[in-house]
Amino acid sequence: MIADVRGYLREARMPHILCPGCGHGIVLGALLRAVHALQVPQDRLAVVAGIGCSSRLAGYVDACTLHTTHGRALAFATGLKLARPELTVVVLTGDGDGLSIGGNHLIHAARRNVDLTCVLFNNAVYGMTGGQVAPTTQPGWLASTAPYGHPEPAFDGCALVQGAGGTFVARGMAYDPLGLEEIFREALRHPGFSYVEVLTDCPVYFGRYNRLGEGPELLWSQKARFTEVGQMLVQKRFVSPDGTAPPGRVDGLQFGILHRAQRPEFTRVCWGRAARGGGE
Amino acid sequence: MAKLRLVRGNTACAYGAVSAGCRFYAGYPITPSSEVAEEMARLLPRVGGVFVQMEDEMASLAACIGASLGGLRAMTATSGPGFTLMQEHLGYAALAEIPCVVVDVMRLGPSTGFPTAPAQGDVCQARWGSHGDYPVLVLSPAGVQEVFDLTARAFELADRYRTPVVVLYDEVVGHMMEPAALPPVGELEQAGTWRRPSPPVRAPYLPYAYTDGTPPPLVSFGEGVRYHVTGLIHDETGFPTVDPAKVGEMLGKLNRKIPEVPAEGLEPELYATEDAEVVVVAYGITARAAKAAVKQARASGLRAGLLRPRVLWPSPERVLRELASRVQAFVVAEMNCGQWGREVERLVCRTAEVVPVNQVDGTPLAPEAILQAVAEAGGRTGCGVAAGRTA
Repeated sequence: MIADVRGYLREARMPHILCPGCGHGIVLGALLRAVHALQVPQDRLAVVAGIGCSSRLAGYVDACTLHTTHGRALAFATGLKLARPELTVVVLTGDGDGLSIGGNHLIHAARRNVDLTCVLFNNAVYGMTGGQVAPTTQPGWLASTAPYGHPEPAFDGCALVQGAGGTFVARGMAYDPLGLEEIFREALRHPGFSYVEVLTDCPVYFGRYNRLGEGPELLWSQKARFTEVGQMLVQKRFVSPDGTAPPGRVDGLQFGILHRAQRPEFTRVCWGRAARGGGE
Repeated sequence: MAKLRLVRGNTACAYGAVSAGCRFYAGYPITPSSEVAEEMARLLPRVGGVFVQMEDEMASLAACIGASLGGLRAMTATSGPGFTLMQEHLGYAALAEIPCVVVDVMRLGPSTGFPTAPAQGDVCQARWGSHGDYPVLVLSPAGVQEVFDLTARAFELADRYRTPVVVLYDEVVGHMMEPAALPPVGELEQAGTWRRPSPPVRAPYLPYAYTDGTPPPLVSFGEGVRYHVTGLIHDETGFPTVDPAKVGEMLGKLNRKIPEVPAEGLEPELYATEDAEVVVVAYGITARAAKAAVKQARASGLRAGLLRPRVLWPSPERVLRELASRVQAFVVAEMNCGQWGREVERLVCRTAEVVPVNQVDGTPLAPEAILQAVAEAGGRTGCGVAAGRTA
């Protein structure tokens, strides 16, 4: 039984701006079901987003929503969370927003271990600006600024965040919304910086340029390319509380909950210090 | 009870902020502003506030805007190179109408420039730094006590007009030591954590529906009112709009909301202007040299006066135009190539001569250079071409 989360949406803002076949709505649905399952009151939910297609989703969530500048949502969210620790703060960002122009803010939010849930929509392309390469575009793939194939290697956002000190790192896919919902629940529960990268699809640019078909074909290709992971998701083995179960690794990308650690959370450190009047 | 202490301008800045209820500071180190951050790092945890050193200047102002939306009075401090990086979020805060305070302690530029020699080269950047048309409120203290006073007032103005307020001063004002009345830390500690009071709201909250020419008071996130904030042009609901009528209305009222004198006591300082024939216009540390020059000019029989703006932007149009109707010349002294002088020229509109005295060598302007320009302007008859003076 899939929960009805329309109450979390600003239905008056519909229709939304996303293209037919875009995977972002699937991801938002999974996120809102996780929020609903954890019974986060809407008045205590803040959604902070940057610039790009995925960041526009913030405006459709009936919560305190902050649509910021390109790449800098995590910095805004850091200030908001520090000022209002009681809020559940979710950051929506894209692969260009979070890993290119906002890469610095991502690694430092991870290092500080601010209690934010960062959802990075990875569709390997800049959608809003017309299909240019992203830092997640694989070498050889075509884009409007890579007409002969992308000459650069791609970023592994999860490895980056883990390396920077992130205490919850996971990767899911729009193909598997139920698995994704479960990852989001764990991420929202995690008392520290959580990073969930989600493979999603852009049929209008990425799919068209690379002749991979429409939305359904792109989602299907996620399954086809990540069979081993699909199997893991079915078995729900991707949740590994002790961090020992080996996550799936296909096509150079790992899936599942890839890393968990416990470190002092920054908001608590700051307010603990304020409560003590500055001393130790 | 405040008592006089010998402190530097940057210290007074931090005390002014904290005494005004500032409980959040996010910044990135840069001379000659770093003492503001260091003082805030020491003070804030003692008064129930949060200090965070961010990864860069974009993040610093972003965090301030986020904290302000959360209900804390928030500030950052920087210098020219960092101020350039903050323009992105100055524009954002201006459009999204989120209160915050940005201190810019000016050093000689452009680029990395001459760290950390004094200059007043960020005056136009403070006005025009971000893209698009947006309102600005820039305060210009000329001494340590005034740094304290104006920094404190900046928070009140930021909340009243829901806008970023820039406190702009030069390296000399930031680093020089003068006696100033600062509240003891113990007194500040008793104030505890201050949060912006959120007004009662009758649903729906329309965060951008203006009343009496200004936006309604901001309701903090987490106070039970859900709304949307964006850097896209929006209507009174806060949601983006592409309706040209609404876009035009929104930008029109945004750009009209800050009056020339934004609050009582922020009128320009006028010194000996009643019968003046030549009025020196100067701000920041240059105004101190200018006042000395005016006194020397008076002593030698020249009818000189001083106009010192406390608010650089919006510029004091009414006062300048009134003076222009009765004086022969303005001498505009500043440590740049004439940034505010051009604004004076625009407002005076050829009704009086405007003589620039500019210096961009990393040293403060001395009274002698200003006095010489006053004497020359006073000695001239008619309205010839203004003789610019660049040391």
